[in-house]
This record gives sequence, structure tokens and C-alpha cells, in this order.
Amino acid sequence: MAIQIPDSEAQEFKWEGSLDELKGLVSERAMTGETMLLNMGPHHPSTHGVLRLLLELDGEEIVTCMPDIGFLHTGIEKNIESKTYEKAVTLTDRMDYLSPISNNMAFCLAVEKLTDLDVPARAQLIRVTCLELQRLSSHLVWLGTHAIDLGAMSVFLYCFREREKILEMLEMLSGQRMMGSYFRPGGVWRDITPDFLPTLRAFLDIIPAKIDDYEALLTRNPLWIDRTQGIGVVEPEVALAWGLSGPTLRGSGVNWDIRKAMPYSGYEQFEFNVPLGEHGDVYDRFYCRILEMRETVKILEQAYARLLKEPAGIFRSNNRKFVPPPRAELGQSMEAVIHHFKLWTEGFSAPDEEVFVSIESPRGEISCYLHGTGGTKPRRVHFKTPSFIHIGALPVMTNGHLIADLVAIIGSIDCVLGDCDR
Amino acid sequence: MQIPKPLDPAVAIKSALPDAIADIKEFRGETTLIINREHIVAVAQYVRDTPGLIYTFLSDISAVDYYPEASRPERFGVSYHIYSLLYNRRLRLKVFVPEDDTTVATVTGVWPVANWLEREIFDMMGITFSGHPDMRRLLMPADWDGHPHRRDYPLGYETIQFSFNIEEILKHKPLAKE
Repeated sequence: MAIQIPDSEAQEFKWEGSLDELKGLVSERAMTGETMLLNMGPHHPSTHGVLRLLLELDGEEIVTCMPDIGFLHTGIEKNIESKTYEKAVTLTDRMDYLSPISNNMAFCLAVEKLTDLDVPARAQLIRVTCLELQRLSSHLVWLGTHAIDLGAMSVFLYCFREREKILEMLEMLSGQRMMGSYFRPGGVWRDITPDFLPTLRAFLDIIPAKIDDYEALLTRNPLWIDRTQGIGVVEPEVALAWGLSGPTLRGSGVNWDIRKAMPYSGYEQFEFNVPLGEHGDVYDRFYCRILEMRETVKILEQAYARLLKEPAGIFRSNNRKFVPPPRAELGQSMEAVIHHFKLWTEGFSAPDEEVFVSIESPRGEISCYLHGTGGTKPRRVHFKTPSFIHIGALPVMTNGHLIADLVAIIGSIDCVLGDCDR
Repeated sequence: MQIPKPLDPAVAIKSALPDAIADIKEFRGETTLIINREHIVAVAQYVRDTPGLIYTFLSDISAVDYYPEASRPERFGVSYHIYSLLYNRRLRLKVFVPEDDTTVATVTGVWPVANWLEREIFDMMGITFSGHPDMRRLLMPADWDGHPHRRDYPLGYETIQFSFNIEEILKHKPLAKE
């Protein structure tokens, strides 16, 4: 191949690797040099983190696309094996850094299922409010970065302006803009603050008009339609076989939303629709997410109305074998001191059994497999994350398209590499 | 189109593949069918295609290591979490894998999504999936020693490279040399 190496270095350069490990993965034409192998990433702005794609190109057309992941692997699952259940929540925040609350939710639900711990109705309501706020913020980042990848700069700035308002609300609740570890087994860390509800109201008043603004910039924009329609088409059967989920699956017209199919945390009490696409291309996935943002606003309105009736109250389970007592109890009750001591030194125990829960994160199905030991630390925890599955299915969508379309496709599956590599 | 009535997966599999099921477990409303290792592909194919079961969606494959306890029949367990969109229900298929022969047949032919999920298990647990099209490491570097998610693999750290120990470190990383 035509790699130009200066003469002085050419003497020393000796490549000892071989292309053998790529045999069967790339076409025969690559072995003879007829097609070109090109690295895209890991430091490419449109790969949303550190995703490396090894592309086999025929001119500008992609023949094969081989994603290479693992650059952000941080061993979170292994680390959780040495932490008690309550402490492990902090680690789950770091997986999908654009929607940490969904990760918290998957892990907390698994712990609650394993230990058969109850969650009060009001805590579930606060959880739904946070989950939907997080879904909105995650979709805003997706919309901004997806548009910037395709050359629409201004959308990004508007999206991040609104996202900042959501992060401020999450800061009111947990003390942190991102990665607040607000959800704990049995409920949430603390009650909503008095200024949270007025801020939420103000936000809900402006956001529908803002979504109209984003749509005005993109939905009927001929340039946007040219770049996205008919690109990266996935048939419904193919999408299911490759395990796609969330808006990426619904863009292909498959009606599967875990919030509807297997409701958790009281989602069955909310009224909302599940937007579906038709053609399974980049545009349909884009439009599904836009409509989903509007449905999220609907859910938030209902949650706001219910929270307004009960602005303060129970926010965490009263089961003292799992949930530490509030500070005020410690001065009055010996029992409370014992529970406090036991829970913060040893933690609570969970049976030597396995459970599996899955929830609808902004990106798709995030599922948590949790296996206890009978002691206070888990034996194994495994997260199946939507980004991992979607990047694995990238070759199905990209082959036969141009490199420029690959950028659109990566944006449309909404991958986060922290979520993918864990 | 008339939708066939849902079948009980355990009963259906027992009638079609009598040797396949070793045990059935229920915990917190989740059904686990423990499948004999050599039958996993036949069972997977059967539950995906049989009217009344139609488990078209593979949610997750996860592996667990029971070391050092001998509370289970074998050291490793591999769980397949499958979902039926038609009947809106989940099922877990589980196989136990002995320490001296860590091989399971691949289900990539049944659910293509198993490709990366199985590669991740190979990388993390050292369980090989026979017949897999591309059995390489996925998350860890290609020249990594050992399989990190095994329970006898310590939670360690990367040794910091200095000039006095660089030779020692590079011995374990053949691909790191330029």
C-alpha cells in the first residue's frame, strides 16, 4: 500500500503485525489492495467519544464497517462486586454520563427486586419526574450533537441552553448537575426542595415553544431531509434480530416501549403515546425522538400536578433493615443507632439469587442483571446498555452508504461511549 | 390474523426436546429454565420459532462465576434473557459451564445480537463460544492477560510505568511495543 515513509525511517520501520486477524471480516478485495482500509476515530468529533471504526472503502462507499470499542472501559461492573449495594449506586452514574439517572434507576430496581424492598408511591412519582427530566436533557444533547454533525450549528446552542435549565433542577434535588446519585435503594436520597416545583412549572411553560423552535430549524429543512431520509434504513425484523431498542427500534415502526409494555415505577398511571416511525431511516429516528420529547413534557405535566398536591412527604421506604434512619431519630432511639451503624459499616444482605430488570432509558433498553451472594456485596452485576447493542449493529445500517452518511447514522443511534464500554 | 395461544415454555420444551431441561427455578416472578449445555442452540431455535412461544428478542447474555463456592453444579453460569414481544413476557435460559471445558455453542445463528454479547463474555469470563464468527476480545486490549470478571482475578490496577520497570511491563504486553 502507498504509505510514504522517509528513507531514514524506512530502514528502521518494520511492521510485525499481520492482516490475518481481519480475514473473514473484510472482503477479499481488501487483501489485494483494491479497496482501502481507513481508521475513523478514535479521536473523531462525530464519533461522540472514543469510538474507532475500521472502514473498508471502495472509493467513498463503505464496504465493511468494523467498530472497535473499549477505549472508555473502566471496569465499573468489576468494581461494583467489591462495594455494598448502596455504595454501588455512585458507580452506575458514570456509565451513561448523559442520563445517569436511568442507570441509577436500573440498578436500584434490581436491588429492590432482589431484596424485595418496597418503594413508596410518592418516591416512585419523584423518580418518574427525574427520569423524564433526564430523558429530555439527554434528547437535547442528542439533538444538538446530531445537528452539529450534519452542519447545523445553531441547534446545538439552543439545545444546550434548555438542557442547562434541566441540570439546574437536578442540582436542586441532588446537589449535583450531573451524576447526583439521587436514587437510592428504597426511594430517593432526600425530598424535593421547595423551589423545585416553581422552577419545574416555569420550565414546562417555555419548553413546548422551544421544541417548536428546534422543529422549525430542522423538520422541514430541505438540507436536513436530503441528508437524513433514506439513509441507514433498518427493516423491523432486522432491528429486532439485532436487538435494537428505544427510539432506534421505534423508528422502524416496532411498537415496543418498556414504559408501556412492562411498566415500572408507576408509569402505568401516566397517559402518553409512543411515537412510531415508518421507514426506519435516520429521519424517522430523528422525528421519533422529537415527538418523544413532546410526550415527555406531557408526562412531566401530569407528574407536576400530582406533586403539587403533595409537595412534601414520604420519599424513601421505612424498612430500617435496608434504609438508614434519618438523622433526627438517632438522638432518640437506640434501635436507630444500631441500624445506622449496621447499614453504614456492613450494608444490607441480599439472597444468593439472580434477578433481571430492564427499563426504558433515553437511548433504549438498559437492563441490569444482578446476582447476590447472600452477603452484603453482589456476586455479579451486568448491564446491557443500548449504546453497546446499537454500535454492534452499526454495520447493518452503514454498509453501502457514503462516509458522510455514516456520520448521520452514528448520530441517529444516539450512542454514548461511556454507556457502551462501561 | 389469529394469534396462537401462549404456551408454557417449560412444558413445550419438555415435549419437543425431552433431555434439554435440567431444572426449573422461580424467583421473584422470574422463570429460569436450566438447560443442559449441549442443547442450548436447539432450545434457542425452538423457543424463537415455535408458535405460542416466539421469543424473538434477546435482551442480554450475562455470565456469572460461582468461584470459590461449590453451591452450583458447575463453576460458571451463562444466562440468556429473552423476551417475546407478541406475548409480552420474559424468560431466562441458563446453562452451567464447567471450569475444565469452558465452551458453549454460539446462538449468533438464532439471534445475531448475540455476536457482541458473547464476545464480551469471552473477554471478561473466558468462556469460548464454539462456532462464533469472530471470537476476539472486545473491551480489553488484545494482549491482555486473563479474564477480569472471574472471581479469582483480583481487583487490581495498571502498574505505573517507570524506566526501571518498563521491561517487565512490556513482557506482558507484546502488542504495546512499536
